[in-house]
Amino acid sequence: MTRALTFAASAIALAFAAPAAAQSVAITNATVATGDGSDPIEGATVVVQGGKVVAAGTGVAVPAGVPVLDGSGTWVTPGLFATMTSLGLWDVGAVSESNDTRASDSPFSAALDVAPAINPASQHIAIHRAAGITRAASTVLPTGEIFGGQGAIIDLGADGDAVVEARAFQTVAMGEYGARISGGSRAAMYTALRNALFEARAYANGTWDGADAMLPRADAEALGAVLSGRQPLMIAVERASDIRTVLGLKREFPRLDLVLVGASEGWLVANEIAAAGVPVIADGLDDLPQGFDELGSTQSNVGRMVKAGVRVAINASAMENPRNLNQYAGNLVALTRIPGADGLSWGQAFAAISSVPAAISGMDGKAGVLAPGAMGDLVVWDGDPLEVSSAPIRVYIDGVEQPLDNHQSRLKERYRDLDESDLPKAYDW
Amino acid sequence: MRITARTIATGIAAAALAACSTTGQTKTESASAAQAFDKNPFPSTYERYPGRPTALVGATVYDGAGNRIENGTVLFRDGEVVAVGDASLSTEGYDRIDGSGKFVTPGIIDIHSHLGDYPTPSVAAHSDGNEATSPTTPEVWAEHSVWPQDPGFSRALANGGVTSLQILPGSANLMGGRSATLKNVPARTVQGMKFPGAPYGFKMACGENPKRVYGNRGRMPSTRMGNFAVNRQTWLDAKAYDGKKRDLGKETLKGVLDGEILVHNHCYRADEMALVMDMAKEMGYQVSAFHHAVESYKIGDLLRENGVCSAIWADWYGFKMEAYDGILENAALLYQAGACVVIHSDDANGIQRLNQEAAKAQAAGLRLGLDIPDAEVIRWITLNAAKAMGIDGMTGSLEPGKMADVVLWNGDPLSVYSRPEKVWIDGALMFDAMDRKRRPVSDFELGQPGEGDVK
Repeated sequence: MTRALTFAASAIALAFAAPAAAQSVAITNATVATGDGSDPIEGATVVVQGGKVVAAGTGVAVPAGVPVLDGSGTWVTPGLFATMTSLGLWDVGAVSESNDTRASDSPFSAALDVAPAINPASQHIAIHRAAGITRAASTVLPTGEIFGGQGAIIDLGADGDAVVEARAFQTVAMGEYGARISGGSRAAMYTALRNALFEARAYANGTWDGADAMLPRADAEALGAVLSGRQPLMIAVERASDIRTVLGLKREFPRLDLVLVGASEGWLVANEIAAAGVPVIADGLDDLPQGFDELGSTQSNVGRMVKAGVRVAINASAMENPRNLNQYAGNLVALTRIPGADGLSWGQAFAAISSVPAAISGMDGKAGVLAPGAMGDLVVWDGDPLEVSSAPIRVYIDGVEQPLDNHQSRLKERYRDLDESDLPKAYDW
Repeated sequence: MRITARTIATGIAAAALAACSTTGQTKTESASAAQAFDKNPFPSTYERYPGRPTALVGATVYDGAGNRIENGTVLFRDGEVVAVGDASLSTEGYDRIDGSGKFVTPGIIDIHSHLGDYPTPSVAAHSDGNEATSPTTPEVWAEHSVWPQDPGFSRALANGGVTSLQILPGSANLMGGRSATLKNVPARTVQGMKFPGAPYGFKMACGENPKRVYGNRGRMPSTRMGNFAVNRQTWLDAKAYDGKKRDLGKETLKGVLDGEILVHNHCYRADEMALVMDMAKEMGYQVSAFHHAVESYKIGDLLRENGVCSAIWADWYGFKMEAYDGILENAALLYQAGACVVIHSDDANGIQRLNQEAAKAQAAGLRLGLDIPDAEVIRWITLNAAKAMGIDGMTGSLEPGKMADVVLWNGDPLSVYSRPEKVWIDGALMFDAMDRKRRPVSDFELGQPGEGDVK
């Protein structure tokens, strides 16, 4: 991004009249990325009416009554969709009282429901809203047992109603970590998984006997949604052999809706993953043998899986903050210039943080994409959204413009200078 | 075939050691009572690898010292930078590499790494970064934990253009021990990586980690006031040390008090940094850099006045209470205050993208109205890091006579779309994205899935 463009974008930001909480807006003359994997379109228009996307592209007419903003010099994209996050579940990671991402002492696992734990007012949500993330999948992490519990799809709007879909998916830890927490061996882990699914089947069939069961009743009940395929099962797995074993679960439990998470060695079995039609939420840039189940890690993992026909989203839980999603996607584009490496086109990379994670989360065509009928989640950027120097200047959720201020922006304003000649900083607000 | 030892580096090392033994009056007194001992018992055996006389021409050059040269020329031979200038520089006698459309920077330097001490695979058997058995362990040396076969070194080289890095012991302890400064070359021994002539660093830690680790064991410190009490008493005991019976910890603390060993103090909160700077004055030492200094922006003036660098992430925040006030504008506000900025990683993945982290910090400043030139931002990951590590006389910028630690980027290094294309260390081509054989593979990776892959 050139500096001139930044200034142009800032000027435009000032020129925008702040609309009220309208659910309709049109932005014209912008570079528009629709999120569907295609290349950005220059000089395009996006129209949102009644909270839904009506049109995006060139030659789009703005309906009467829709407020129009000139987007010259800016980029407009769907809101980013962050998957496998802990957004809304903590204030300070190491302050356990404020952190609801783990429930290692709970007697329950699969039954855990994250929805009531989500705090829409968390700074974590406010900061990521300002970074252009409008929707996310949030979940408790497996700790005491291999099942983590039921995650939720949330929006990052500045209102009290974050949960879009409760109990949207189940998580399970496989591989090295899953083995450790289920008895010390993968042998124990797979036995625990199969037993849980058998007990869930018994519960669903009305043949469950609490006296015989290993799972608490609530867990057996909750896993019914996984068994029937109503809930996707997000399986954290890295090693190629574990991926093959996991793909084989469908032989015994044919209705499972499998999603692989992590999959550092996915590129070694990319054709098998593609053939199984299983999507992957991959750790975008992992290239270290973090464990013995990730010896084959490479930044080309995502590119190679996509090349093989796998649908791949970038895993927000594999980075310091979900707000680095666009940086990770940009890095995958950079790989296309390295001989021997496999990267993504710009459009593919952007899809990996917008439409693909949305689709994996059951919101295909509804979120992460600018297509007629999709949710009116828009981000106006001051430059190429995959570039590290770019930032959102406006964010809309369901067509409603969102506030972008938060604890961090307030600190930034307070400490623009260190002047305390009149009063202490505490009065500077 | 190795080239003979670097005479310049060796000379600097000898000079530094000579200077150390005669610094300060109290030092001279104690030295007279102390036994003579070898201050360098694990000497560097690093020798530069062979390189060709090379001229990088036509690229945009950031020299690391704040200068930008369009269509620049960088000449190096025999391990050293010979000249940096514009297109008028003669390249006769050099292999010319066309850098049109590309960029040249000094080798990137990470002032805060645990590579080798917390290597991958990160299994318990490899957990060698924290001697978390006593709140003060000034006697331990990070180099004794470094596993040279850590695959992370090669990733930092290939993806991050990192040519030098400081390995710090971890932050469980108030005083964690000595650091090791390494050149990022594959080697069979840690001595083969040790940066010749680099001073030792000394790791200290403020705040939550020490009081948590030891407080949870029912011993001091369990509070921030306990942290300071233990620190001060330890310094006082070191000052009283007469050297008659060798004490490894006190030898290190004496080295700090004598200015031979540079303090790298993990410290997040502004108020706590201010207290540490007062403690340093009280005890008579200088803090070289605060690391993880997420609140430095609140005291840019104090840091400038005290000549202390801040080694920081671009955007980490919130993961612990003392990181709650982290903001993206930290680096830019420090720069505005005239204080020294260093971008660090503390992370085996982050070290591969220090250039991008610097760019994020720069962009946050621009949105605040602070337009910091690209050439200044490159300094945050080159010369400023070198300065805080005490190696700026040898590397960190492209200046005649300095080590030829050089990165050729395939685009603007402050763009996410750019990658190192070639990396030279002391003038030797140690990574080349265009040549798969110029890609190091550690012993651990041989015969494993993905051996020799682009990573």
